[in-house]
Amino acid sequence: MKLDIKQIEEIARLARLELNEKEKKMYAEQLSVVLDYVEMLNEVNTDGVEETCQVTGLEDVVRSDKVEECPPDVEEKIIGNFPEKLGNLLKVRAVFSEET
Amino acid sequence: MSSALNKLTIQQAHDGLKKKEFSSVELTKACLARIKKRNSELNAFITVCEELALDEAKKADEMIKKKKPFDGSRSKQKMLLGIPFCVKDAICVAGARSTGAAKILDNYIPPFDATAIKKIREQGAVLLGKNNCDAFGHGPSNENSMYGPVKNPYDLTKVAGGSCGGSAAAVADNMCIFSIAEDTGGSIRQPASFCGVVGLRPSYGRNSRYGIMPMASSLDTVGPMTKTVEDAAILMEIMAGRDERDATTVGDKSIKSVKSIKNLRVGVPREYFESEGMDKEVKKIVEKKIKSVETHRNASIKIIDVSLPMTKYAIPVYYIIVPSEDSSNLGRLDGIRYGVRAEADNLYDVYAKSRAVGFPEEVKRRIMIGTYALSAGYYDAYYRKAQKVRTLIIQDFNRVFEQVDILLTPVSPFPAFGIGEKKDDVLAMYLADVFVGPAAVAGLPAISVPAGKTKAGLPVGLQIIGPRLREDLVLKFASLCEKTK
Repeated sequence: MKLDIKQIEEIARLARLELNEKEKKMYAEQLSVVLDYVEMLNEVNTDGVEETCQVTGLEDVVRSDKVEECPPDVEEKIIGNFPEKLGNLLKVRAVFSEET
Repeated sequence: MSSALNKLTIQQAHDGLKKKEFSSVELTKACLARIKKRNSELNAFITVCEELALDEAKKADEMIKKKKPFDGSRSKQKMLLGIPFCVKDAICVAGARSTGAAKILDNYIPPFDATAIKKIREQGAVLLGKNNCDAFGHGPSNENSMYGPVKNPYDLTKVAGGSCGGSAAAVADNMCIFSIAEDTGGSIRQPASFCGVVGLRPSYGRNSRYGIMPMASSLDTVGPMTKTVEDAAILMEIMAGRDERDATTVGDKSIKSVKSIKNLRVGVPREYFESEGMDKEVKKIVEKKIKSVETHRNASIKIIDVSLPMTKYAIPVYYIIVPSEDSSNLGRLDGIRYGVRAEADNLYDVYAKSRAVGFPEEVKRRIMIGTYALSAGYYDAYYRKAQKVRTLIIQDFNRVFEQVDILLTPVSPFPAFGIGEKKDDVLAMYLADVFVGPAAVAGLPAISVPAGKTKAGLPVGLQIIGPRLREDLVLKFASLCEKTK
């Protein structure tokens, strides 16, 4: 499976990664190599084989739905990790711009 | 005595503290002195918490003095009191900068402990710092860290292995008594083999994953890296068990239930010895080690030649499932709520630029492979196909475990390789995990114990793989292998 620069740009857009031209070229080559390699799975007949999503065999694991208070010092630390803030509020760029 | 305190095992350090032969402050200072002396060369730590460590050690000493925590039945509960340790940087530790070895979290200080770390700190263990690793656990060489590669204590021109190269080097070089690390596809076992220490990947679900920076949620495990098998067992007893914050944890805590390993049937899967690129010296060392176990006079062990034909498909399965789950998990790192945010005019650019400068090359590569494999139209061909082959790999192991109780294999086809040697060959790097990938894909417990050294003086590990949730068997057998020569 060969990927071209256009496909790499689309994958990077979906993944929210800004790439420069050199990176696009490099990843186009490397991803193609990896995808070629994993093609070997097509040798394996998987007709009627169930998928493995998890290996524990556990089912319907539940816990009581109760709210745990966040201690004030932990709250302070979480807010302390905000890259930008306004008082205790997290500051972000506008989600809707005028053009959209 | 105090100059060699950093060389002690958990059991030895515990005994010494109990008998008041030395204090936790002395023990901690010995480790810190070793870190100071060696870290600029080895680069095993991203963050050293000197002040915090000495403070915690002082508190431990006071407790030992006043409260007699080692008396009677309480002694078992306080096995780790006053013992200095370190943690892979991709595991969250409250109050200690935890970067995951990526610049996007350069300033991140978690407000909470991962469950496994919480259990260890509740015992009064002393945190020395955070170990370097491949960013978010991506890689078998520790060269994917944005804080530089870790060097192998046995040869500074060689890699320490990955992803937990920092943990392995710190334990091997006696910068700590033990380290807690994380294994998704070999991250504990392979560096343990390269640095000559003990590293256990537990069964998936045995230890809580809560608080580790998630890589592949269906494979990630937290495990110990130690100087002895005994120490690994001590840590497993403390960490194991059900956690409400990780729905995949199992309640079973039987780490030491097996009494005897006499008449054990030991399988040696031929696919692990006939692999392409297998180093002849490594093969010889591992075969010699297996022979020494077979001829051990008290064991009456029967070695049986077995076959695991699906072995070669584990790496392609791994490199679809892991990047897919990675790409989804790493979506949370976007410079919004924590970590480093890039300056940009609009929201999309904040995401794209923060991630562009905050992730190293390999992290971006995996995110893109995963994004592609999960995208509309390709999901069935890649992710679903890999999940089906994963089932066949599990069945392969199940079949073999009807014939034998345990498996012995090499950990890596080669000893530690040169720094930079495989850097430009993505596939060669991925294939370094060829012997550690299968057990991970199947969710099985597996340990690396030192088997010997090459003529050049590089350590080689022996891998012991057990059936699911049979850590008791794996550990008991590993402690026999540790003794044979």
